[in-house]
Amino acid sequence: MNRNIKDTVVEGITGVSVLLIIFIIVSILAVTIVGGWSKLNWTFLSEFPKDGMTRGGIFPAIVGTAAMTLIMAIAAVPFGVITAIYLAEYASEKSIMAKTIRFAVKTLAVVPSIIFGLFGLGFFISFIGKNMDILLSGGELKWGQPNILWASLTMALLTLPVVIVSVEEAIKTIPREMREASLALGATKWQTIKNVVLPGSISGILTGTILAVSRGAGEVAPILFTGAAYFLSDLPKSLSDQFMSLGYHIYIMSTQSSDVDATLPIQFATTLVLLLLTFSLNAVAVTLRYRIRRRAK
Amino acid sequence: MNDFKVKVKDLSLWYGTSRALKNISMDIPEKKVTAFIGPSGCGKSTFLRTLNRMNDLIDNVTIKGEVYVDNINIYDKNIDVVNLRKKVGMIFQKSNPFAKSVYDNIAFGPRINGISQKSILDEIVERSLKQAAIWDEVKDRLFNSALSLSGGQQQRICIARSLAVNPEIILMDEPASALDPISTSKIEELIHELKKEYTIIIVTHNMQQAARTSDMTAFFYMGDLVEMNRTELIFSNPAKKQTEDYISGRFG
Amino acid sequence: MLKYTIGFNKRKSEAQEKLVVFNQKKFRFSDWFAEKAIKGVAFLSIAVVILIFIFVFREAFPIFRMDKASTATNTEVLVQESYGGAETETGSSPVEDKQVDNSTVTATPTDRPSTTLLSNTWMPVSDNPRYGIWPLFLGTMKVTLIALLFAAPLSILAAIYTAMFAKPRIREIIKPVIELLAGFPSVVIGFFALMVMATVFQEMFGYASRLNGFVGGIAMGLAAIPIIYTLTEDALTAVPKTYTEASLGLGASRRQTAFSVVLPAAVPGIFAAIVLGIGRIFGETMIALMATGNAAMSSINPFDSVRTLSATIGAEMAEVVFGDTHYSVLFFIGSLLFIFTFALNALAEFYFKNMVIRRYQAKK
Repeated sequence: MNRNIKDTVVEGITGVSVLLIIFIIVSILAVTIVGGWSKLNWTFLSEFPKDGMTRGGIFPAIVGTAAMTLIMAIAAVPFGVITAIYLAEYASEKSIMAKTIRFAVKTLAVVPSIIFGLFGLGFFISFIGKNMDILLSGGELKWGQPNILWASLTMALLTLPVVIVSVEEAIKTIPREMREASLALGATKWQTIKNVVLPGSISGILTGTILAVSRGAGEVAPILFTGAAYFLSDLPKSLSDQFMSLGYHIYIMSTQSSDVDATLPIQFATTLVLLLLTFSLNAVAVTLRYRIRRRAK
Repeated sequence: MNDFKVKVKDLSLWYGTSRALKNISMDIPEKKVTAFIGPSGCGKSTFLRTLNRMNDLIDNVTIKGEVYVDNINIYDKNIDVVNLRKKVGMIFQKSNPFAKSVYDNIAFGPRINGISQKSILDEIVERSLKQAAIWDEVKDRLFNSALSLSGGQQQRICIARSLAVNPEIILMDEPASALDPISTSKIEELIHELKKEYTIIIVTHNMQQAARTSDMTAFFYMGDLVEMNRTELIFSNPAKKQTEDYISGRFG
Repeated sequence: MLKYTIGFNKRKSEAQEKLVVFNQKKFRFSDWFAEKAIKGVAFLSIAVVILIFIFVFREAFPIFRMDKASTATNTEVLVQESYGGAETETGSSPVEDKQVDNSTVTATPTDRPSTTLLSNTWMPVSDNPRYGIWPLFLGTMKVTLIALLFAAPLSILAAIYTAMFAKPRIREIIKPVIELLAGFPSVVIGFFALMVMATVFQEMFGYASRLNGFVGGIAMGLAAIPIIYTLTEDALTAVPKTYTEASLGLGASRRQTAFSVVLPAAVPGIFAAIVLGIGRIFGETMIALMATGNAAMSSINPFDSVRTLSATIGAEMAEVVFGDTHYSVLFFIGSLLFIFTFALNALAEFYFKNMVIRRYQAKK
């Protein structure tokens, strides 16, 4: 075959692959928007589900997702920021400890999310929770069952690598001159980190937090049996309550609803809400990250 | 002269296996300006950074020899590097103010030393800025970001910031190399004033600057200290041929 | 001349006059504490991985001891979801003492759970429960293979276009758009597969069961595309520019350069990308739950319904009795998943990364 034709054909095939992927992305977006747009209004967002979840809104699922990701962030962000500080500021690249931590973080990033769910069940609920019950209330079941706290902590472990990677990247963009300026003034290492490094990586911490929240809001497998509930007539009031979540709601409605067809608009609209939520969060994070990377250049 | 502020004995430094400084020995007089000159890569900046142990921050550096500041070997085991750096301040080639206000930049040092009373901080900030000859230019925008100032102003802010911790020795690593002639001359005037109070050691690639500002000059070449003498002697009557070649512009 | 000489004569403030002594190491508590605390917290991430190991295995372990009394040793029931309307916690019976007297239980004769693990039937809820994970394993393999056959070529070709052929401006658009896919929650992809792909494929191929391994596999492939794409693209752009320039300089076309110079040099990186993609597919739960049909069949027909390992955990764990054999078997499956993804990650991390490094060093 003529070389030029061959070039064109091969380049064409690779180009078509790109277009196919983009087509799939656009289809998912389009189908969700078309299917859910008509249902999406203020009432839908602000009402509880009604009539065995065949009518009404998704208010408790929105609140539940928000509450769960908030608790998750409170746990994951400090933990992630501190680990990132250790990796970027204290650990020497060659130390075994640093290498092991990096490997552990990567492992956490690739462990299937359902395993986190199992861990949450095995560790938080049946180990920590059960023992808390024995110690605090003589065995009366309170913490040894699924609730929003255990679900959030499970999710925090899953999103930890996201925070660590973002924060470490931001810390590394702070010029060495800034650290030297501080040290040359007689600041200690910790004073330098506190006064120069941390303020300089605020945007990275923010990016990591947003990405983690976006990820946590969309994951379902880790909360399947650590705290998510099918339906609750009330919002969670304490850490030991169960909660409703958008992703779990989509799953249950689309696979186990008593009348799948009747609730189809609700399913699409819920999916649209979840997608809009994770997308807008991701968009903010990507913009922030872009600005950090530009600063690095 | 008995009042040598800094004494260096047989100092060698390696980056990994390559040797960057070879058995440097010198004495640096108090409240004078000492200039280090030499072609780039000759080790003069590396040597400067050994005087407040700034090279500690770089991985893979080995240092042998002794550096005495006020007759105390700063490479001793018991040395408190943090306090050493309070005594031996440093100004960098590229001005590096923090992304904070002018005031907060100057107050950074006193604050990390535990000074939080506003009246004292105000006084230190004003005095340091006056010492650095920049008070008039910034007194109305103390709370603007230091990064909004011009390059020359930023460098003098860095000098003021260093003065605020009350050092005795100030190391300057090509402090004017990135500045225009007017800003450079301001820095040079400042150095001239500061030497009444402080021992100043300056690295420069600009021989006129060394001749104008310094009392003593040391010439470095390929990690060796070739010669060190009173500045006018180095420039009028160098003892070594290498020095003469460099000064007369035959290389470097 | 300077105007501020006056400033020098001013008396220094008392605080500044404080003598700085450096010949004695000073103990600074905040620094010492900060370092220890930071190190301690950082160490926790290692601890978490170890804890995951321990606790997932710990709950799985009893299957090998439960062989004797495999029924009714525990009365604790996991809280079950209440169906719409009434808010009740139906399943949760009050906790009783764990030490139930076994002699009062008249157990029906059953097979030993651990021996049924290798059987061909997954029937955990029956009078004679059988925990044969073979059909689950086969199903998982089948789905993974379908997903990989779909996602790997597509992502790699797309990455080649992005890294080699696209103009920089186009590249700046393509990359973030494809990476958007990584931000799609898997439940959303599962929903799309369930609602749209299942129907479309059934009309196209005319098979019997609407949800099956093929639909699930393609949908899970979607989840793996951003991973394989991004890592492949990274591997391709990491190939030194000099290779490309040398090849183009010899008169090779961009296509020839891409396929005979850059692609071979990036092979270890691409393998690592595929391996991590496999890990993603293997452990994917929500898409599997929603799109594969969830019937445990030992069949290799791609259009049959499939139940994957992870979906089995996801579907059954919420209805299982705490601590009984079924519960332990699900944890055992979880242990298998964990070991497998851990091994894949280690393989990608150490073996392939080292291959990349060695390659470039050798050719320097």
